[in-house]
Amino acid sequence: MSQETTAHHDDHHAHHPTGMARWVFSTNHKEIGTMYLIFSLAMFLVGGAMALVIRAELFAPGLQLVNPEFFNQMTTMHALVMIFGAVMPAFVGLANWMVPLMIGAPDMALPRMNNWSFWILPFAFTLLLMTLFMPSGGPASGWTLYPPLSLQGGNSLAFVILAIHLMGISSIMGAINIIATILNMRAPGMTLLRMPLFVWTWLITAFLLIAVMPVLAGAVTMLLTDRFFGTSFFNAAGGGDPVLYQHIFWFFGHPEVYILILPAFGIVSEIIPTFSRKRLFGYTSMVYATASIAFLSFIVWAHHMFTVGMPLGAMLFFMYATMVIAVPTGVKIFNWIATMWRGSMSFETPMLFALGFVVLFTIGGLSGLMLAIVPANFQYHDTYFVVAHFHYVLVTGAVFAIMAAVYYWLPKWTGHMYNEKLGKIHFWWSTIWVNVLFFPQHYLGLAGMPRRIPDYAVQFTEFNMISSIGGFMYGFGQLLFVYIIWQCVRGGETANAQVWEGARGLEWTVPSPAPLHTFDTPPLVDDSVAVHKDNLS
Amino acid sequence: MLAMAMFGFGYLLVPLYEKFCEITGIGGRTGGAMVEAELSSEIDHDRTVRVQFVSTVNSALPWRFEPTERFMDVHPGKLYETKYIAYNRADHAVVAQAVPSVSPGRAALFFNKTECFCFTEQLLSPGESRDMPVRFVVDPNLPDRVDLVTLSYIIYKNDEATAVLAAVN
Amino acid sequence: MKRTNELIVALAVLAVITVITWGVFAVGDNMPRGVTPYSQDVYQLHNTILAIVTVIGVLVFTAMFTSIVVHRRSKGYEPARFSHSTKAEVIWTSIPILILVVMAVPATRVLIDMEDSGGAEMNIKITGYQWLWRYEYLEDEISFFSALDRASNQARQIGSGINPRDVDNYLLEVDNRLVVPVNTRIRFLLTADDVIHSWWVPDLGWKRDAIPGMVNEAWTYIMEEGVYRGQCAELCGKDHGFMPIVVEAVSREEYDAWVASQRQGMADAAHDAARLWTRDELMDRGANVYQAQCAACHQPDGSGLEPAFPALARNGAPTGELNSHLDVVMHGREGTAMTGFGSRLEPQDIAAALTYTRNAWSEEEGEVVQPATIAELNQG
Repeated sequence: MSQETTAHHDDHHAHHPTGMARWVFSTNHKEIGTMYLIFSLAMFLVGGAMALVIRAELFAPGLQLVNPEFFNQMTTMHALVMIFGAVMPAFVGLANWMVPLMIGAPDMALPRMNNWSFWILPFAFTLLLMTLFMPSGGPASGWTLYPPLSLQGGNSLAFVILAIHLMGISSIMGAINIIATILNMRAPGMTLLRMPLFVWTWLITAFLLIAVMPVLAGAVTMLLTDRFFGTSFFNAAGGGDPVLYQHIFWFFGHPEVYILILPAFGIVSEIIPTFSRKRLFGYTSMVYATASIAFLSFIVWAHHMFTVGMPLGAMLFFMYATMVIAVPTGVKIFNWIATMWRGSMSFETPMLFALGFVVLFTIGGLSGLMLAIVPANFQYHDTYFVVAHFHYVLVTGAVFAIMAAVYYWLPKWTGHMYNEKLGKIHFWWSTIWVNVLFFPQHYLGLAGMPRRIPDYAVQFTEFNMISSIGGFMYGFGQLLFVYIIWQCVRGGETANAQVWEGARGLEWTVPSPAPLHTFDTPPLVDDSVAVHKDNLS
Repeated sequence: MLAMAMFGFGYLLVPLYEKFCEITGIGGRTGGAMVEAELSSEIDHDRTVRVQFVSTVNSALPWRFEPTERFMDVHPGKLYETKYIAYNRADHAVVAQAVPSVSPGRAALFFNKTECFCFTEQLLSPGESRDMPVRFVVDPNLPDRVDLVTLSYIIYKNDEATAVLAAVN
Repeated sequence: MKRTNELIVALAVLAVITVITWGVFAVGDNMPRGVTPYSQDVYQLHNTILAIVTVIGVLVFTAMFTSIVVHRRSKGYEPARFSHSTKAEVIWTSIPILILVVMAVPATRVLIDMEDSGGAEMNIKITGYQWLWRYEYLEDEISFFSALDRASNQARQIGSGINPRDVDNYLLEVDNRLVVPVNTRIRFLLTADDVIHSWWVPDLGWKRDAIPGMVNEAWTYIMEEGVYRGQCAELCGKDHGFMPIVVEAVSREEYDAWVASQRQGMADAAHDAARLWTRDELMDRGANVYQAQCAACHQPDGSGLEPAFPALARNGAPTGELNSHLDVVMHGREGTAMTGFGSRLEPQDIAAALTYTRNAWSEEEGEVVQPATIAELNQG
């Protein structure tokens, strides 16, 4: 049905600028999605380069390459760039491309705002990255910007805070757009409980974003006034309290962690059924699990700061609440496995990445459960055990899911199949080396190595060397990813509309590559088209 | 709209947190001085609690600041007084203020001060020294396991007030 | 089919990696057992939880890989059509809840124990500074600073040419150790002067943040004599990686002897502050003080790290004149990382460090500062 509808072209669509102007003024969700994805890939490489500086310095004990100030700037910038520059824009880019296609909408609800929310980002990151070249250097107090340390820095703090404000505005606008699109622009018959899970997870993520990004903006604004305008929110000498910042920051920070992972859950929930040739198991419980994870994310923030000295009751509350998160997360993992169970599986690259996600994210989740145990957390906290934990959930979690999504939808975007052989090599290369990179960090943390140190005692040498080798191999392996995408954009085997044999959903009803304008006439959706249906016998 | 509300909420967290700390005694926060008349509790002669006095001078402040007594064994419910002594060893007048804190945190609610110099600006001329009294009562409802309460003052230079002073002179 | 074989091999590799790493994880470089009742409780707890999550992981992955191996299209497996089972979902919601309860019970017990700091036999106040610790024994009235030892500090400079492996306890040794008696319930009060630090010795089983403007509390009870090493665990700026902690647990008698020698040392220090010192004495002591207190920022050769940390000497001559130098060292400089050392160090240390910086890199003889001068300044 939709093949015909895409042939329609309204008059205002006919006018289309070319060259740079096409991109600068674009209000088309697919073009903006593409820009988001390219931006994110660029930031992934920038942030990755910073990670390699860190791993190079940590290859051997003693300081060889960089001084401690620069090392701290690298750890801080690596985190900010990866979180706000690579992972979040990648998810927003995927949402831009796929949400309208998945719900049968012609475009995003607020296309001009969409253009804005993207174009703020390059400026925000220019501001952020240029601080590295200022006399006082970039931010060096960790991405959490804890005062009073963050207040000791030079004037570059003002640029960092402005950049964070801009990123926040961009994210909020993007989130508003996604909510408006999902709630208002669904095709007839696309009821909420017929929506693909990727759309569901993004809907929930968008609400999280709107709720917490302003809290971050508030926290950093207080830092700004403390540093430059003489207020004392966090300054003990003036009657302020540095711990207060941590509470406000993590009230943002913990939901933020789920902002970085919920869309990944959605992606995996799309890919596993496709390549298992079986419907997603427990669709409704997946939706409820996502919603309850989002809710719980608001009441567990203090588990990032158990060592600040909280009352016993508060610690117990945050410990129990954190442990409870394991339940809905477990439900998701079990549902994915049940989806595969007695399916007819094939293992193309997107499926490989999705399976890698399930395994490695589970490892990250289990170490997260360990971290929730407060008495043991007094040992784990601020060590490499934590570093290993969150890289398992963010790199082999969020980043693997993004890569799975790119391989999954790349044929739809470009009209060509990517090179399957290279894709598989990319997966195996990444999976092996990413484990070599991060797994030894568990031991380092347990053996007593604190995080964010540029140099270490000699007993930590072996594991650091292994980790650094893994880091370099993994890092350079990602150039293959760039090459595969480039090759696929340029040409390759022509992809048909369906692309994957087992794929379901509206996005596979439009031709590949998806034309600039799709679903100008809304498709009709019924149970035969709906991706997931829970009550199928 | 929601975004604006949440931005405001971020700021709202500041007073909320402070109120919360005051109620629960998180971070060893103690309220300001209480009025003596409000204290009407019975004196518990059977129980002795050790109160420890600790001082910390921030390194930006050219003062000495010490408790006159390091310990005091007290009966809950009874009013006691002790002093801290501050001495300005700089060659110019300096304004400072002290931030109080009680450990363990759960004892903070049961440590009532009727007179203290917390958060008030203290001005000392060069070479001047001053006795700074603290009057306090330990609430008889203090949990049984607590046998030692630490009253700590961290004293900081008030940069702004000191600068104003220097400008006036 | 060739492709299938490849895949099976690859999956096997992944499985082996997972199993081996988890295995090593469980038996290999694990959390230290420690020397306090609390650290041993935590160790037990850690091992229990690790075992539980490992079993969970193995079960989950077994189910998944069974499915991957058996239910594959290349074997002609036809997909089933089920997509829902209330029974299964109830089971895998309720069983994890039970497991969580099993984990929460011992965790709660150990935590309650940790938070009960009553019955303390001695109190030690710990203050974090950038980048050293100060220890104050509240009963014994002893107080000193503890910073990275000189050998490590020299070896850690870029291009020092010293192999860290040749330095004993590289980065984990201090100039003054925290000496404590064994079998004594010790309560710690933690605070910080500038930024947040975190005091962590793994063998004691916990870390606790030292936060400016508030006093935190923790306790320990060391059961075995020995030397236990740790580090600052909260990012506190440039030299966060270089502020170790060394606890030396000794018998009661040795501890008492140590306290006596410290008292003697303090009496000697008072005497030292009053007497006149020779240039050589001051230079010797100054070199030590400089390396411990100043070199982190101003660099061992006084060249500084512009613009944040100014050079103290340029082309063999001290930058700036003595009076302003003295004033900055005593009272610090506002708006910079330079704090005042007037209350932090003994007069003879300040005098020695000043003498050292005015002479060490200079061709000509520079000024000598006597401890008595500083002591007089301190009097007002």
